[in-house]
Amino acid sequence: MAFEDQRTTVYKIDPEHPESETLPTLRTEELLLNMGPQHPSTHGVLKVILELEGERLVKSTPVMGYLHRGVEKLAEDGTYHQFIPHTDRLDYVCAMYNNFAYCRAVEKLLNLQVPERAEYLRTIVAEVQRIIGHQFWLSAQALDIGAMTVFFYCFRDREILLDWFDELCGARLTTSWYRIGGVERDLTPDLIDKLKQFLDYFPPKIDEYQVFLEKNRIWLGRTKGVAVISAEDAVSFGLSGPVLRGSGVDYDLRKYEPYSAYPKCEFSVPVGKNGDTYDRYWIRVMELYESVKIIRQCLEQMQEGPIMADAPSVTLPPKERVFTNLEAMIQQFKLFSQGFDAPPGEIYCGTEAHKGELGFYIVSTGGGKPYRLKIRAPSFVHMGAFDHMARGYMISDACTIFGTYDIVMGECDR
Amino acid sequence: MHPLLDRIQQTFSAGVIGLTEWRGDVAVTVSRNTLHEVAQFLRDDPWMDFDYIVHVSSVDWPDDEERFEVVWEFYSIRKRQRIRLKTRVPESDCVVDSLTDLWRGADFMEREVYDMMGIRFRNHPDLRRILMPDDYTEGYPLRKDFPLRGKGWRDTFEFLDEAPR
Repeated sequence: MAFEDQRTTVYKIDPEHPESETLPTLRTEELLLNMGPQHPSTHGVLKVILELEGERLVKSTPVMGYLHRGVEKLAEDGTYHQFIPHTDRLDYVCAMYNNFAYCRAVEKLLNLQVPERAEYLRTIVAEVQRIIGHQFWLSAQALDIGAMTVFFYCFRDREILLDWFDELCGARLTTSWYRIGGVERDLTPDLIDKLKQFLDYFPPKIDEYQVFLEKNRIWLGRTKGVAVISAEDAVSFGLSGPVLRGSGVDYDLRKYEPYSAYPKCEFSVPVGKNGDTYDRYWIRVMELYESVKIIRQCLEQMQEGPIMADAPSVTLPPKERVFTNLEAMIQQFKLFSQGFDAPPGEIYCGTEAHKGELGFYIVSTGGGKPYRLKIRAPSFVHMGAFDHMARGYMISDACTIFGTYDIVMGECDR
Repeated sequence: MHPLLDRIQQTFSAGVIGLTEWRGDVAVTVSRNTLHEVAQFLRDDPWMDFDYIVHVSSVDWPDDEERFEVVWEFYSIRKRQRIRLKTRVPESDCVVDSLTDLWRGADFMEREVYDMMGIRFRNHPDLRRILMPDDYTEGYPLRKDFPLRGKGWRDTFEFLDEAPR
């Protein structure tokens, strides 16, 4: 039954001669739709204003800043050590890697060498964090697209690692385990055993995740050929991590600006071909296998040794000594309240977090506090390409694109 | 001197103000007028080949005559090298050329600098605030004269003698 009113006219096309009817002025109107700021698929508080033509996206304008806490301004008020817990809250699902990126930047500023065992420990924990990050991403992306089961399987295994973090440093999410010049505490034999058990347990589980998705027609239909971005555009937009590698650009700082224990490990960097959501999914799943490989090699190669650089003017004393020794307590107190004297200068240090290149640009004028600290957050840069990547796709693909960036708004808005 | 810096100095003798290399980071400071020209050279010259934009940032130096420093960081995917490009602008006329026509990613990054530091970018397609609300009128948060610990509002609250029952 055709519904007619004064504004809309329903035209009927003669099925015999479809071309005979020149479709006259069908009323078209662009629809403006606010997606968010409270929407389950926006991965935090983010609003996107979608201009729609039917169900097609014509233009999308991200509106960000709902989670802006002025972290860069806060950094100017505290000493270098005091900023470490703030970095946890950037990308709050992957705190370890943020600590890592920040500590590396400060070490570059100070020209501080980290002892070998600490480098191995850092690499191991960073890769555990990468596994957690990718599991979290996979579960959220599948959930956005409508596959609920993977979510539970990923979270089951993620829980094991979060408990492992809990035993390591006493926190599951906001960890603050990395320190400038080393790490806070060593892995106990029990933790190493548990990690080894996990490494045996985990690879078959990755296969399991794939079984749910790789032969699932809905998953394939909603990821293959969706949100395609060419290599040239991806580079021009400054995308990084799996999003850039999905377009076939081989850019991984772990390989090409090697740091920590990565140069001593053998691993490959998966690179996609088509630049679509499926390739980015494939890369992240392959990276899970690579992370397992890296952790295994690190555990094998790791030797006994100090876990903190021998630079008492910069590094914190071990916690046991702080509670038993007066000098150590004074040292800890002075390092936190006044900080150490950083040389004047400026550095940029990028680290390959699981979302992409997480960089810190620090300007120092000497003294205990950074003069300016800028965070290069991959989520923020990726949002810059949202309009370009979403154009022409369906409104339901907008959820896919949020997911494929792996955005976390805490990092995006800082 | 670093070969990249050498080449930049040979090509732009007048506009280049400073060349530094510290902790392995290579930085070029150019005058505001030559900024776009140097940026174009960085992207298109086969020895430079900086096709990837890393970040755009800004630093406030309130005591200097040219108060603000705008910083771009580039990377070359093929050559695997980094460079930092800097320029200075005075407070009275804080406008620099936008580099969005060369690197598309500069769009959001420059908007952030505008939002946080109040530096305007000439020829930017959509220069609006990005993290702060559009109608925010209290200035630019990352400037050094923006108070770090609140504006004293909490000292003006009136305390009640008795808790309301």
